[in-house]
Formats: sequence, C-alpha cells, structure tokens
Amino acid sequence: MDALEILFTASFWVAAIRIASPLIFATMGELICERAGVLNLGIEGIMTAGAFAGWFTVYAGGDLWTGVLVAALAGGLFGLLHATLTVPLGLSQHVVGIGVTLLATSLTYFTYRLALPEVTSPPKIEPFQPLPIPGLSKLPVLGEALFSQTPLTYLAFVTVAVVAWVLYRTPLGLAVRAAGENPSAVEAQGISVTGIRMGAVVVGSALMAVGGAFLTMSAFNSFFFEMINGRGWICIALVVFGSWRPGKALLGAILFAAFDAYQVRLQQMSGGIVPYQVFLMMPYALSILALILVARRATYPKALMIPYQKGER
Amino acid sequence: MTNTVLRLSGITKRFGPLVANDAISFELGRGEVIALLGENGAGKTTLMNILFGHYVSDEGTVEAFGKQLPPGDPRAALDAGIGMVHQHFTLADNMTVLENIALGTQSLWRPSLDRAAARERIERLAADFGLSVDPAATVSTLSVGERQRVEILKALYRDARILILDEPTAVLTPAETDALFRTLKLLVAKGLSIIFISHKLHEVMAVSDRVLVLRSGRLSGERETKSTDRKELAALMVGQEVKPAEVTPVHAGEPLLVLDGVSTARHNGAGLDEVSLTLRAGEITGLAGVSGNGQAALAALIAGTQRPTGGRISIAGQAVGDWSPRAALGHGIARIPEDRHAVGTIGDMSVTENVIAERYGSSRFSRMGFLDWKAARRFAEEIIADYDVKCPSPEARIRLLSGGNMQKLILGRALDPEPAVILASQPTRGLDVGAVAYVHRMLLAARERGAAILLISEDLEEILALSDRIVVMSKGRLSPPSARGERSIRELGELMAGHGEERSDHAA
Amino acid sequence: MRLEPKPAPSIGVTLLFPVAAIAATLLFTSLLVLAAGASPLSVFYLVAKGAAGSQFALFETLTRATPLIFTGLAVAVAFRAKLWNIGAEAQLYIGGVVTVVLGTGALPLPAPILIPVIIIAVMLAGGLLLLGPAVLKTRFGVDEVVTTLLLNFIVLLFVSMLLEGVLKDPMGLGWPQSQKVIADAQLPRIIQGKRLHYGFVIAIVSAIVVWVIMKKTVLGYEMRAVGHNPEGARFVGIPVNRVLMKTALLSGGLAALAGFSEVSGLKGNLTLDLSPGYGYSGIVVAMLAMLNPLGVIASAIFVAGIFVGADAMSRVAKVPSYIADVMVATSLLTMVVAILLTRFRVRWR
Repeated sequence: MDALEILFTASFWVAAIRIASPLIFATMGELICERAGVLNLGIEGIMTAGAFAGWFTVYAGGDLWTGVLVAALAGGLFGLLHATLTVPLGLSQHVVGIGVTLLATSLTYFTYRLALPEVTSPPKIEPFQPLPIPGLSKLPVLGEALFSQTPLTYLAFVTVAVVAWVLYRTPLGLAVRAAGENPSAVEAQGISVTGIRMGAVVVGSALMAVGGAFLTMSAFNSFFFEMINGRGWICIALVVFGSWRPGKALLGAILFAAFDAYQVRLQQMSGGIVPYQVFLMMPYALSILALILVARRATYPKALMIPYQKGER
Repeated sequence: MTNTVLRLSGITKRFGPLVANDAISFELGRGEVIALLGENGAGKTTLMNILFGHYVSDEGTVEAFGKQLPPGDPRAALDAGIGMVHQHFTLADNMTVLENIALGTQSLWRPSLDRAAARERIERLAADFGLSVDPAATVSTLSVGERQRVEILKALYRDARILILDEPTAVLTPAETDALFRTLKLLVAKGLSIIFISHKLHEVMAVSDRVLVLRSGRLSGERETKSTDRKELAALMVGQEVKPAEVTPVHAGEPLLVLDGVSTARHNGAGLDEVSLTLRAGEITGLAGVSGNGQAALAALIAGTQRPTGGRISIAGQAVGDWSPRAALGHGIARIPEDRHAVGTIGDMSVTENVIAERYGSSRFSRMGFLDWKAARRFAEEIIADYDVKCPSPEARIRLLSGGNMQKLILGRALDPEPAVILASQPTRGLDVGAVAYVHRMLLAARERGAAILLISEDLEEILALSDRIVVMSKGRLSPPSARGERSIRELGELMAGHGEERSDHAA
Repeated sequence: MRLEPKPAPSIGVTLLFPVAAIAATLLFTSLLVLAAGASPLSVFYLVAKGAAGSQFALFETLTRATPLIFTGLAVAVAFRAKLWNIGAEAQLYIGGVVTVVLGTGALPLPAPILIPVIIIAVMLAGGLLLLGPAVLKTRFGVDEVVTTLLLNFIVLLFVSMLLEGVLKDPMGLGWPQSQKVIADAQLPRIIQGKRLHYGFVIAIVSAIVVWVIMKKTVLGYEMRAVGHNPEGARFVGIPVNRVLMKTALLSGGLAALAGFSEVSGLKGNLTLDLSPGYGYSGIVVAMLAMLNPLGVIASAIFVAGIFVGADAMSRVAKVPSYIADVMVATSLLTMVVAILLTRFRVRWR
C-alpha cells in the first residue's frame, strides 16, 4: 500500500477518531479551566485517576455508564482540590497542578495495588462496543469513521457542541469567559469570581477524567500503569493550538489523532529501517511544533494564571 | 428625611494598623449629587468599596431605600439599585459591549442568553440618556470616553437608582468631562442620586449639591456647595494651609537630552509619532495629556525599556547607539516609573536589594561577579536616612512599605548619583499630601542643581505649578512647548483633546 | 475570604508551618494505611526503621538521596527565576547518555582527568537540553512547562532508541542496556562494600556552590529579581532573557549530573529504568526546601528516606509501597499551603 493511500481507507479514519476521542474530552476540560483563568496541570494525573476509576467500577460489577459517572466524580474531586488551592488561596497554578498530577497518579497506583495485590497481567472488562448509526455509518470512508464508533465517542462530540454552546450562547458561559478575561468585571456585576472559577475547574477536571476513562472502557479493556503516557500534556498544547476555541480545539485533536494513526501505519510499512521510537516521538514533537507555530499569534485569556482577590483591581 | 435613599452609619475599616475609614456616617437624598472630596489615600475608594460590598467593614451599616445591606455582597448592592463606575474600568476587553452589559443580568442557568432583549434595552437607554455606543463593538476598540459610557450603561441597565462614580474624570479630556457632566444632570433630572468621588476642587464645585470632605479616613467637613468656596474646601481637605512649592527662577542651560523625530511602537495605548523634544539643564518640562495618548510610550522610551523605531536620541550632544535600560542608566538618566509596585520595585526583595538594583554591577557593589552586601547595606542605610524613609530595617521586604516610603526609596535610588536627566512619570500618583510636597521639593532641588527634568503627570495643576515649559501630548504627537503661564488652561485643554496648533517639526 | 500580607515571621513560626505540613501529610496517609487494613503507627515505624533504623538503611537512604539532591537543586535554581523546568527527568537521562558515550572507552584518559571532562560534558548537554525550551519561551512565548514535559517523553524514546541501537551492549543478552563504563570513569565508593559513592559528595558540594551563587553573586541576585518581578527587573537594567538562559544552563546541568552520578557511581551502565521519576520528585524536594539549596540536602534525604523506608515496610506489612509516592505528593501540596500561611494571614471577612 502506498503511504498516501492510507489516508483514503476507512479503517484509518476509524482509528483516528478513536484516538481523538479521549483527547477531545480532556482538551474540552482543560479549555473550560483556562477560559475561566486557571491553568490545570493536574490533567495528566486526573486522566490516570479517571481511567482507573471508570474501569474499576465496571470490574467490580458496575455497569459501563456508572463507570463513566464514577470517573467524572473522581476527576471532579481532584478538580475541587486543585481549585481550592489555586482559586481562593491563589497558590501557584504550576506547582499545584504538578502536585495534583503526582497525587492523583500515586493514589491511583496505590489503590490499584491495594485492590489487586496479586495480579500480574491486568484483568479485562467488557468495554463499550461500537454502535453503528443506521444509514449514516454506510456512507463511504467518513461515514464509517464518524458513525460506527462507541457511544463514548459520540458523547465526546456532543461534549464539544455543549461546551461551545455554553461558552458562547449562555449567561453562564459569558461569566466564565469574563472570569478569564477580567475577573473584576465579573465581581462588579455581582457574580462570585471564586465560584465561577472553582466550578469551571471542577467540571473541566470531570471531563478530563472521562477522557481517561475512555482509554480503559472504550479504546482498551484494562488498566495498566503509565497508560496516559503524556496525553494530558498534549491536550494542554491542543488548547493553545485551538486558540481556546472549542471548534478549533476539536479540529486540532482530530488532526493530531490522524497524524498519530498515520505514524503507526507508516511504522508498519517502514519495515524496521527507521527505529520505531522515531515514530513514537512524533506526536510529542508535533505538539511542540504546533505550540511554536501558534504561540506568537495566540490571544490568551488575559487573566490566565493570575489569581484574583475580591476587591482588588 | 423621607427622601433619603442611602444611609451609611458609623463605617469603620482597618487594614492592619491602618484605619482607612473611621466612623463615617452620611445620608444621600433622592435626586441629590454628593461630592466625596479628599486627597489620595484619604479613604474615599475604600468607603465606596464597602458600600458596594467589595470589602466588609469592621463596624457600621449601610442602608439603601430603608433596608440594610448584607455586608460583603456586591450582588445585594446591585439588587438594591446601587451602581458603581470604578476608576479602573471593570470591562472585559475581548468581549462586546452587549456582553459586558448583559453579564450577570440574566440567570446563570438560562439555556441561552437573550441577546435581542439586551440589545433593545441598551439601545433604548442609550437614546434616553445620550450615551451612544454600538452594542456589537468589542470593548478593546472603544475610546476611554466610550468605555466610561459603557460603565454607566451597565449601571442603568440594572435599574440603578444610586450611581457612584470613582474619579470619573481622571481619564477624560476636558470636552469629554463636559459631556459627562451633562449626562449626570440628565440622570439627576430623572430622579437618580449620585455620589461623585474626586480630588479636583473645580469639578466638585461644578457638579455637586453637597460636599463631604474626607481626610485620613475621617469625615472632616460637610458643606452645601452653594455656601462654600474652593479655598475652604482645600483647607478641609488638607488640614492645614499648604504652601505651593516655591519655584525660584533658574536659567535654562545646555540641552541635555534631545529627541529628534522619534517614533515607537504602541505602548499602553498610543505609540510615539515623530516626536521631537529637548530637555535643558536646570529646567522642568511638564508633559500634559489625557492618559493613553503616548505618555507611557515616551516614558518607556526615555527609561530605555522601549526602543525607537525611527528618529534619533542624543544625550549631551552625542547620538546614542544601542538603546536599553542599561544604556539609559549609563547615560545618566534617572527614572521614576509610573507604577511603583509592578515596575519600580521588586516587592518580595529587601530594601537593600532594591536600592542597589540599578547599579549592582558597578565596582561599588560587586567584584568579580560577587556582590558586596556590606557596601549595599551601608548604601541602603544612607538612603533611608537621607530621604527620611520609614522602614523597620534594610532587610525588610519592600512590599511591606507604604506607597510614600516606597516612592522615597525610588527617589533616593534615582537621585543619589546626581543624574543629569530625570524622568519623573506620575511621581505623586496615590501619595498623601506630605509625600507629594516632598517629591516636589526633591524635583525642584534637582532642577536647581542643573538637572534636566521631564515631568509626566495627569494632574494639570501639578504640571502648572512645577513646569518651566509645558508640552502637550495627543495621539502620540507633541505640541510645541509653551513657557510658564503662556497658555491658558483652556488652551492646554484643547491641545489635550487633539485639536489646536499644528505640531512643530523641531521643538526648540 | 481574603489574604493579607504579614510582616516577616519569626524563625519559630517559619519552622512551625512545615512541621504542621508534615503532620497533615501523615494524617492523610494514615487514612490510606487504615484502608489497607494496617495500623498507621506500626507502618510509620516500619518506614522510619527502613529508612534510618540501621547502618545499612542509612547508607541506602543517602544513596537514594544523591540523585534527588541534584534534581532538587536543578528545580530550586530554575523555580527561583520562575523558569518552570519540569524536564529534569529528560536532563537526567541525557546526562546518563553522555556519561556512557564518553565513559565506555572512547576517551582513554586517567580518572582524575576523565571524570572532570565527563562532568563538564554532562552539564553542558543537560544545560543545552533546557536551553531549547528557554529560548522558545523568550523568543516565541511558548510555555516551558509543556515543552519540558513533552521533552521528557521524547528523550526517553531517544534513549530507548540508542539502547536498542548504537549504544546497545553486544554482550547484554538482548537487553536494552549500554556497556559498563570503564574503571577510570567510575566514581569510587566512599566506604568499601557499601553502595554509597562519591556522587553524594559531589551533590553536597554542588548544593554549597549553588547556595553561594544564589546568595553571594551577581547572577544569583539577577535570578531572584527576574523570578520575583520580570518587568521590574527589566526596568532596572537586568538583562532578563540572558539571565533566563544562564538559569537554564545551570538548572539543566545540575539535573544531568544526577544521571552521571547514577551511572558512574551506582549502576555502571545506562538502562531505561535509570530513574524511577527522580526528575519529578526533584520538584517536591525543591518545594519542601522552600527552594533553599542547602535545604535541598535535608529534604532530599527526607524524601529518599520515605521511598527506601516504604520499600522495606511493604515487604513486611501489606501496604503497597506506592504509599511513599502518595506521601511525597501530599507533602508537596501541604507544604505550599504552609508557605502561604507563613506569609499571609487568612481573613474570613
């Protein structure tokens, strides 16, 4: 098969959308936090916690959607911790974020070992199955890619639409955006900046955790250590790449995932002449490149990473 | 008084040892304009922040329309019909006028923002009160005057019956100020009550029915505007008769700093557009203008933090090469920056570390890459003594000092090497009367010693009092200079508004 | 709720809050121990015993502390200038790579010359690795947190590629590992028969040197000024970008020394499990030390003790050794709160 022909196969695009799904959830989560003015570097750990919480719920006998809910709750809890430290206490979002990632990751590993002390190979669950949408999934190439995915992938796309609608079309979204642009504007209109920012971080973190859960409950069927593997950091790059807009960030996530799926196929084709590590490096290198390309033109939320104290202007 | 719309009783607020408001009580009647007059730091803004719920007072209550407001709740103040136009606008720049006004006016849980209704209401209010703005415009594209109109509309949109304006004219041209006053008259005619905060006597006389004077946190006087005059108010405000700084005639000497057709990129508003300016030894040149017209760019240029994009800078007759803060310091330019906290000092470092900041690389304070802390500490002690700085020790973090003491340290750091050129950018902003007088004396002493001084200020009275020559900046361009007393305030005002004389190519 | 700055606290108060932070950490981890069905007191006793209960334990803790001192110093230096270097892990591995490239026989020099040459090359490589993100930050405005984090993954893959390629030990039975460094490139043991090696001494000396740089030199002064207020630093004539470059070189160089010390002093060769996250633990070490270089020595020994002690404990009690990671992460968060409370007073109204 020719390197270019890959792009026209349905299986390639099915894989790309599948790879994009967890990134879409987590990118939307990070985007909400940053739009409200809080950089959430807890993302990597929160995704780990979500991956485990969702999977373990199902392993322990819960149904799949309960698993998703539990993952979101776990993410929300870590989000609450992050928000408490960074919003009312105004602590460094860099340090707290790294701290939350370390804590969420280590707590997850601790719990995993506690719950499954003896296992050597990770136990499996029955994950979400593809749910082809009648009619639409029969369309050539993209039909199969977009409409024969698991319910969680559909949920990812719905999430983008909801986040976009809330941010740009509702009074709540107005308050969230204003909190990230000029918190004193929010305060002056009688809305609590602390409340808006904390709420955004909690909800955003819940989405990150669902992104993690996608990996254990839809893409794969078990939990193993270091499975997030930098996806959280990539999502932070995707938010910048998407200029803090849900639609652009979605596009970025799909582009990125397509590239990732492509490198896997190139790797298979290259027949081992190029070391496989070079292909595995590409997603990370691509993220850095994307940041360099957009950083200069990016219009950051003006109050991003700036703590706000009531009455202070 | 049945007509009372607002009653403050015994408001006291302490910040640590500082008493910002001391048992303040007053009432506001329907359709009345009260002016709250006081020096910077007298406690006006604190009082209004308590009234609006940004701060919680330690003692006292606020009553609006007969009902007590719960403390610390801006929402309750808004719901009670109190609107506030802050000195620093509370607008999100990247959002539209409509979004800024509608923010927080509809239930947060509504599934969609009703833009049509908001637009209709904004347009009706704008027509009723002569406050024309485009609801769809992004705030960052608006002029300062327009932004203020948006702030007033924000309050009116919420059916404010009491409007508080905090130093509303500080950023306006004289013409914009007149327009604002007309709007206020219209509002009062419709039954609104207004609290107008200012430290400018002529404005207070022009708009108010009643004047409350605040001095170091206390209410020092209350007068009907009709039955008082500027002199009495000034005395109430300051406490004692303040003598204006005495200016002795000095003959201007050699040109020490010459800008020849210099342009820069934009900086906090406008950039410079082929500006020519000459600063002479023994002379204070005052730069007047409405903020955002390029003063910040000029200050940054002379301070060395901004490079020229065109034109030439020469110092003592020599054209300068590469331009940077270090180059500016090396050429003997002393800089007093506009923002003491963000730029002038490094808050979390000690007094010692701050006073050596401009000269730590000199042989006096370092050798072979190692700092001489003993010499640094001695220097800090000298500055503390010579400039009468109140601070616990040279090791204290500078953040803990009051504004006045911080400014004295900056003055000491800048003036100690007896610089040839001094850039003083808003040197008295936010200082109390004593500290203002001190800064003025220091600048005049430097002038007598033969320094060339550029004084940038938004306070026209300060410019008029100190300057030997005055230039006016508007839209990044500079007017020709005028000697002391040559132009009237009215003429200066017109130059500030951007019309009047043509710019000269070579200001001499 | 508001925060009001407090005047400089007394030494007593400054020490009280870190103690409270550790107490809070122990309290939280007690809950986890209880959940694991063990008694917190006996578990903490076992951890303490495993960390410092015998001569062997103590030497083991100091050996484990050595790389943490280096990465802790790297983070302390960078965070002081608010250069958010989260890439100490990558810099460590690059240090290991340079050590085996030069130390496996390529340079036939005697030890007194070879070791300094390797140290200089290692520091240069680590510094240059961080210089990239620093330049991207100052030139293009790219956040260095994300770039250094992503570089960790890239570098680890790069090392994996080398270990399966050019650096692969032909006698390694197919394992991805490098050849052993030659005897002249090895750091000797401090006491015969114990694992503690001269890397520990180099770490202590480095901490003292960094302390002198931060307290006594022009560079240290510039770094602190840039960290506290970059705009103010620029105004007074400090060349902010150049200072950030120097900071990057120093910080990256220190982190790379961790890799050198582990390969040259302890492991002998480079493998993919050279570091169990020393780069990330370095952040905790630096924060616990409140970024003080001498404090880094103490906090590195403390953190190393928790890891060593928890390993020993988990062999006896049925509590997973990941409890150590939880303790370390929790202490980071409780510590930043404690530092805040030494400097601000919380007013509820």
